Amino acid sequence: MTLLIGSLQLGLLYGVMVMGIYISFRVMNIPDLTTEGSFTFGLAASAMICAAGHPVLAVIISSLAGAAAGAFTGLLQTKLDIHPVLAGILTMSGLYSINLFVMKGASNVTLLNSRTLFTMLMSAFPSLSKDAVKLIIAIIAAGLVLLALTFFFKTSLGLAIRATGDNADMVSASSINVNAMKITALAIANACIGLCGGLITQYQSFADINSGVGMLVVGLASVIIGEAFIRSRRIFFCFLSAIVGSLVYRYIIALAMKSPFFPAYMLKLISAVIVTIALAVPAAKKMSAARRLKAANRGGSDNA
Amino acid sequence: MLEIENAVKVFERGTPNEHTALAGVNLKVEEGEFITVLGSNGAGKSTLFNAICGNFLLDKGHIRLGGKDLTFMPEHKRARMIGRLFQDPMRGTAPNLSIEENLALSYSKSTKGMFRMAVNKKDRLMFREKLAGFEMGLEDRMDTKVGLLSGGQRQVVSLLMSTIVTPKLLLLDEHTAALDPATAQKVMQITNDIVYSRHITTLMITHNMASALVTGTRTIMMDAGNIIFDFGQEERQHMTVQDLLSMYSDKKKEEFDNDRILLGQ
Repeated sequence: MTLLIGSLQLGLLYGVMVMGIYISFRVMNIPDLTTEGSFTFGLAASAMICAAGHPVLAVIISSLAGAAAGAFTGLLQTKLDIHPVLAGILTMSGLYSINLFVMKGASNVTLLNSRTLFTMLMSAFPSLSKDAVKLIIAIIAAGLVLLALTFFFKTSLGLAIRATGDNADMVSASSINVNAMKITALAIANACIGLCGGLITQYQSFADINSGVGMLVVGLASVIIGEAFIRSRRIFFCFLSAIVGSLVYRYIIALAMKSPFFPAYMLKLISAVIVTIALAVPAAKKMSAARRLKAANRGGSDNA
Repeated sequence: MLEIENAVKVFERGTPNEHTALAGVNLKVEEGEFITVLGSNGAGKSTLFNAICGNFLLDKGHIRLGGKDLTFMPEHKRARMIGRLFQDPMRGTAPNLSIEENLALSYSKSTKGMFRMAVNKKDRLMFREKLAGFEMGLEDRMDTKVGLLSGGQRQVVSLLMSTIVTPKLLLLDEHTAALDPATAQKVMQITNDIVYSRHITTLMITHNMASALVTGTRTIMMDAGNIIFDFGQEERQHMTVQDLLSMYSDKKKEEFDNDRILLGQ
């Protein structure tokens, strides 16, 4: 039961990040490694501000921190013409130092004695259980981000961003500033990721400098799993599929961890395998189709 | 309307591949003129279009459109005034967006704020009406992804996109060349309707000499980065493709002879 509810809470909270990764990976077609840095950036900022006694401000600042990281990667990509993947790696790498700086040189910070969003809501509604409070906050966070992104991608600016990811050539020939669109998209994507980091740190009441490691793969796995469940490509359903993917991913991980075959340290390997299999599906389909055609042709000539 | 003054562009200058794409082009286009542009591959037609649109900056010379100096204006700002169609139907549209979203992309940017909804009911009706005018059944497929349309249908959508807000200048880069003859004719007819009904100043690159002489109001021919012929309506009227070809080969022979004299000495 705790496993069921715990995964639900985590799935919804990480869903915020997965929606961000959906923007960079699916809308803009870039596997954006900034994720690993911006997640920790949001986490570190949120932890420090929370420790100073401002849990709500902490969440706002963590999304702004993520947005700044994304915009920086965007600038590297567009103005300095650095390869998108390398640009993300550079930002991620630089952020490691910045995150340590934010956390005052400590590799982890605890919030056990600080007020967080979760403890605030618990003291406001003493009748609610701890798990219910966590679930409520997770639902509100995922729901708000889902609605905001759905609305945003239906506006003129959002449409221009989607078109940029789809056919940048065409967009540069129309009156849209392609560079500005890429920077905006990465800023919004990483704002979601930073926000997720900010929520997670308050959820688990501690921040660790290495929390971001492997986050991109987790996000990609969730995006891909979600798409297998929800096929509609309408904007609302795209982002909903990101949340669903995140939930299913958490349950898969929970099951794997519970089974005797996988010790806890196998978590990242399992994620990597899920992503590899999902990305290999089109190539595998092609290969088997080619083999089938070959077999059919050979059969034909034998008969002749 | 459009003034190009001594436009020079040399690619890969200073390398063995140095190549003069535009060798001092001068062109003056009056408002409402519809010019067809002829010339063999590598003559500089598309390069001229790229220069007007700002894909690169000129080495020398100036480009003015409607009194504004475009020479150093960034591409996306020029695009507000210029509509452009390419030979490849894939280049003008976003394949994973619907017809409606593609149209909204070119329409709403110029008429609404960034944070307004991209498509509203009124827009949708207007798009439907315009698409219905082409009699291709596209008005009933507004939610279809453009990537699923045929080349001709995509080209019609691109044409509507680049003229939905009347541009100051329309550049058509062999936009019917990749289509089958019947579709090409249909797209050309739609093009004519749009251009004439709204008096859009237009340049159209084509390899079809016969249609170049009867389409539009003026024909120019380019060769080796220069405009070698410029025929107005009256001159064109009695010209045949044969005349044009013989004039072209005369001109080429002249150059060739000059080369031979130079090389011989």
